[in-house]
Amino acid sequence: MGASQTRPEHNYDDLTDKSGCNRDDLDRIPALNNNPIRKQIITAFFDKRNQHQNDVGSLDEIGFEQFLMVMSHFRPVNSTATEEEKVTVRKQKLRFLFNMHDTDNDGIITLDEYRTVVEELLSQSGAIETEVARSIADAAMLEVASTNVPHMAPDDFYEGITFEHFEQILKGIEMESRMSIRFLDMNTATMRCGKLSS
Amino acid sequence: MLRCGYALFWLLGSVLLICVVSPVKGEAVVTREGSHLKLSESSHSNESQHGHSFNITGIPIVSFKWHHVETPYLVAFWVLVSFLGKLVIEANHHVTSVIPESALLICFGFILGGMIWAADKVQTFRLTPTVFFFYLLPQVILDAGYHMPNKLFFTNLGGILVHAVIGTCWNAASLGLSLWGCQMGGAMGDLDIGLLQYLLFGSLMAAVDPVAVIAVFEQVHVNDVLFIMVFGESLLNDGVTVVLFNVFDAFVSLGGPKIDAAEIIKGIVSFFVVAFGGSLVGLVFGLLISLLTRCTKNIQIIEPGFIFVLGYLSYLTAEMLSLSAILSIVFCGMCCQKYINANMDENSVQTVRYSMKAFANGSETIIFVFLGISAIDKVIWVWNTGFILLTLLFVLVYRFIGVFFLTWILNRYRLVPLEFVDQVIMSYGGLRGAVAYGLAVMLDENKIKEKNLMVCTTLIVVYFTVILQGITMKPLVMWLKVKRAAVTEVSLLEKLTNKMFNHTLVAIEDISGQIGHNYMRSKWKYFEENWMSWILMKPSARKKQDQVFDVFHQLNLKDAMEYVTEGERRGSLEFVRNENSIIDFKKKSESESFDINNANMSNDHGAMSTTSRDPIPSVSLEMHEQIMKAVREAEAINAHHLLDQHLYKSRKQHRHRFSRSHFDINRDEKEVQEIFQRTMRNRLKSFTSAKMGVKPPKTIVKHTQKEQQQKMPNGKSMDKAKTSYSGDEGSEGDSASGYDQSYMRATYRAGAGIENPAFMPDLDPMDLLQIPPWLGESELDSSMVALSHRAQVDLPRTPSNLRRLAPLRISTRSTDSFTLENIPDTQQMDSDQLQPPPPPPRPPRDDGYV
Repeated sequence: MGASQTRPEHNYDDLTDKSGCNRDDLDRIPALNNNPIRKQIITAFFDKRNQHQNDVGSLDEIGFEQFLMVMSHFRPVNSTATEEEKVTVRKQKLRFLFNMHDTDNDGIITLDEYRTVVEELLSQSGAIETEVARSIADAAMLEVASTNVPHMAPDDFYEGITFEHFEQILKGIEMESRMSIRFLDMNTATMRCGKLSS
Repeated sequence: MLRCGYALFWLLGSVLLICVVSPVKGEAVVTREGSHLKLSESSHSNESQHGHSFNITGIPIVSFKWHHVETPYLVAFWVLVSFLGKLVIEANHHVTSVIPESALLICFGFILGGMIWAADKVQTFRLTPTVFFFYLLPQVILDAGYHMPNKLFFTNLGGILVHAVIGTCWNAASLGLSLWGCQMGGAMGDLDIGLLQYLLFGSLMAAVDPVAVIAVFEQVHVNDVLFIMVFGESLLNDGVTVVLFNVFDAFVSLGGPKIDAAEIIKGIVSFFVVAFGGSLVGLVFGLLISLLTRCTKNIQIIEPGFIFVLGYLSYLTAEMLSLSAILSIVFCGMCCQKYINANMDENSVQTVRYSMKAFANGSETIIFVFLGISAIDKVIWVWNTGFILLTLLFVLVYRFIGVFFLTWILNRYRLVPLEFVDQVIMSYGGLRGAVAYGLAVMLDENKIKEKNLMVCTTLIVVYFTVILQGITMKPLVMWLKVKRAAVTEVSLLEKLTNKMFNHTLVAIEDISGQIGHNYMRSKWKYFEENWMSWILMKPSARKKQDQVFDVFHQLNLKDAMEYVTEGERRGSLEFVRNENSIIDFKKKSESESFDINNANMSNDHGAMSTTSRDPIPSVSLEMHEQIMKAVREAEAINAHHLLDQHLYKSRKQHRHRFSRSHFDINRDEKEVQEIFQRTMRNRLKSFTSAKMGVKPPKTIVKHTQKEQQQKMPNGKSMDKAKTSYSGDEGSEGDSASGYDQSYMRATYRAGAGIENPAFMPDLDPMDLLQIPPWLGESELDSSMVALSHRAQVDLPRTPSNLRRLAPLRISTRSTDSFTLENIPDTQQMDSDQLQPPPPPPRPPRDDGYV
């Protein structure tokens, strides 16, 4: 996104001479070392679901275009956007987050998947043990279950968080504006590139 | 709480006491005159008494010495009057919902001032700059800093600074120049005010007042960003105002011709020194407080005092170095809040919070009341229609122009632009208050001939903004449909997702090589966690810093509280009757294996849950509201019974020890010993009964069956449950159909009981030891047995129903974490072991849960 000039040691400098970059390239970024959910984020870059093409599975290597596709999830909303557009953008951002949780791509975040994410998310602080992290995940899951399906038959299982439930419970978070990154040195040319490909 | 309340009253009183004892000119006047008017009768009698006492040669038994206590007495009296005024005002909610409290307090001040005026013909009480700046303002600002939402503040710091610095300079310059222009144009008649004096006036009028802003905005509840923009600006622009004021004051003293480029540059430099120096002083003091609270463990009672004293010292230090005192105390509060909250004892933190609020609220009240009183004074009222009206107009208009222009620039760089309505509210929220008035009173009458006109104009602007704009603020916010602060319940998932996407954003910025907000924030956080916390925080406190855990903890606490209140509220018999739900609940956990059980109730055996029978981990939905509630109720009452009757009755008591530094509850050393003995006794007992093969009671809760059947939500599942029981229970399966359900319940829980002997029913020791169960079955205290049985049945599961309490109990995984695998065989054994001897005919007491 034209931002690579700021830190030239980064990966897509070699995008020009190579066909693309793979997981290791992203893994080598030193700044990511402190990020507890590094694995999920890197996976997200190679996830076909984030490529706007209704495709599933994962890629081994992404080119510049695919890279931009993923980055496009973080576009700020245009201030002139209509309500509908805003809703779409929000959905898209939420979908990105959802996909980060839903690793096996069945449209449901199961308790296991959620626990994995939460454990890693909280692993950094060191103070919270795995068991606590797990029960935090459980409690959060329970919260979703009880808010979304308060009157389910007693024998039913709550399989996991579906996207609708995810959307529902995160109503309160102002996602469309916060989950955005403003690329200050973004010029119109790169912007158009992003739009065309999306 | 009461304790804090007293402490703060005491402190407030003493602060104000100090403020008067120190030789303050205005205050001295106040007190001297006060004795005449407010307490004229008493002062008369006082004089006569005085005269009287001089005449007596012997020892007076009672003497009346008014002058002896006059000053502190009057201060305390005024504080009382202000507080009573507030009390009266706050009693009428329908009034305060329309007119903000600050406006009402000012009006109250008008009335008081009028009374004094009527009695005395001259105004003797007024807000003096010394009292205001040294004794009233610091608390308010310290409170603001201490309760500042740091993240929000620093996220919007850029915008706040632009408004505070450039906006204030713009306001000052434009107001001064425009007024000067109008005078040149002849709009105000003949006034002896030069350009520099106009600029001086402009600079004191420029600052938005934090006290007034807090007072008005906290009743309006606008959205966070808007609030922090206005509020942050009002705090930070003080530095600018003080510098501008000092610089122009110096310029006025120097006189026009002597001002050259060097002086102006000095003025600009001094701005940076004052602002940054003040902040630095604050930071240093903040770090000092944090460090100190690391080692105040042994003087817990006075540790809250450090925050106040050091905060005040930071204010005074900055003042002494002629730096910005307000900035200093703001940053002091902001810097230390996190560390002292972590370092200090929970009680001390509460004390700090409450006394902080009490101080701030108290001073705010006094400030507004005295602002009102100050108005009723013939001396300061110098009317100049042109000057006053033009000032009002310019203050309002330039505020709008400045805000709109600056926001327009800022919006080009902001991720979330400030909307038009927000800008309107920001402009309209530019309230002037006591700071402006204090500065105006500080003007030197010798240098500025029209001082009184300026004071009077300042007062009018203050009244106009606080009263009129304050009243109209709420309707305006409604009318413009400004985004309000949403009151949302904390939800764990939200918190987690929030954290998640914060990390994601950081990662994306990292990957793209962008150095943005998130990047900075994560680097700061990393630095802070690794260095700052390490130095400033107690090692034990560092652990609790995670926000998610905090929310989790809060929710757990809430659950526990609800649980207790619910239990207390429903602590009646009707509670116990609600048995069907227990059955229902238990049935499910039986038939659907334990993963439901785990997910649904507590999650503490998560490790072993998901694998055993159901490969897909899933949360059961069986905990729909009613059942959950009913279960809780039922178990609460059972727990209550159990605790009431069988738990060790601890001998704690609050014995008053007349010590200022300890609040301990006395502990009985024998307690531990006794618990141990009882536990051993119980073990012994269960051992013997198992050995002797005492048969479990067959009639225990027979008659509950009918009710259960009726209340069962769906009969089908009940049947299923029954079959599963009989399958498990082999030998008991053929027992009377009426009771296997309830019997099962008993045995089922019995397994849990043995793992935690401390919770086992404590039978009467005498009975136990002297009459072996196989001999004295019928002689046993029947009610005791029956109750204990039930209690034992239900208690072990009780805490597990608090859905989030799991980790708190992780270490004591004993009561309900019997493993699934063991059930079939242990159950049988347990039931044999633990079944109390068959009870005789139903004791009257048991009717409760029938």
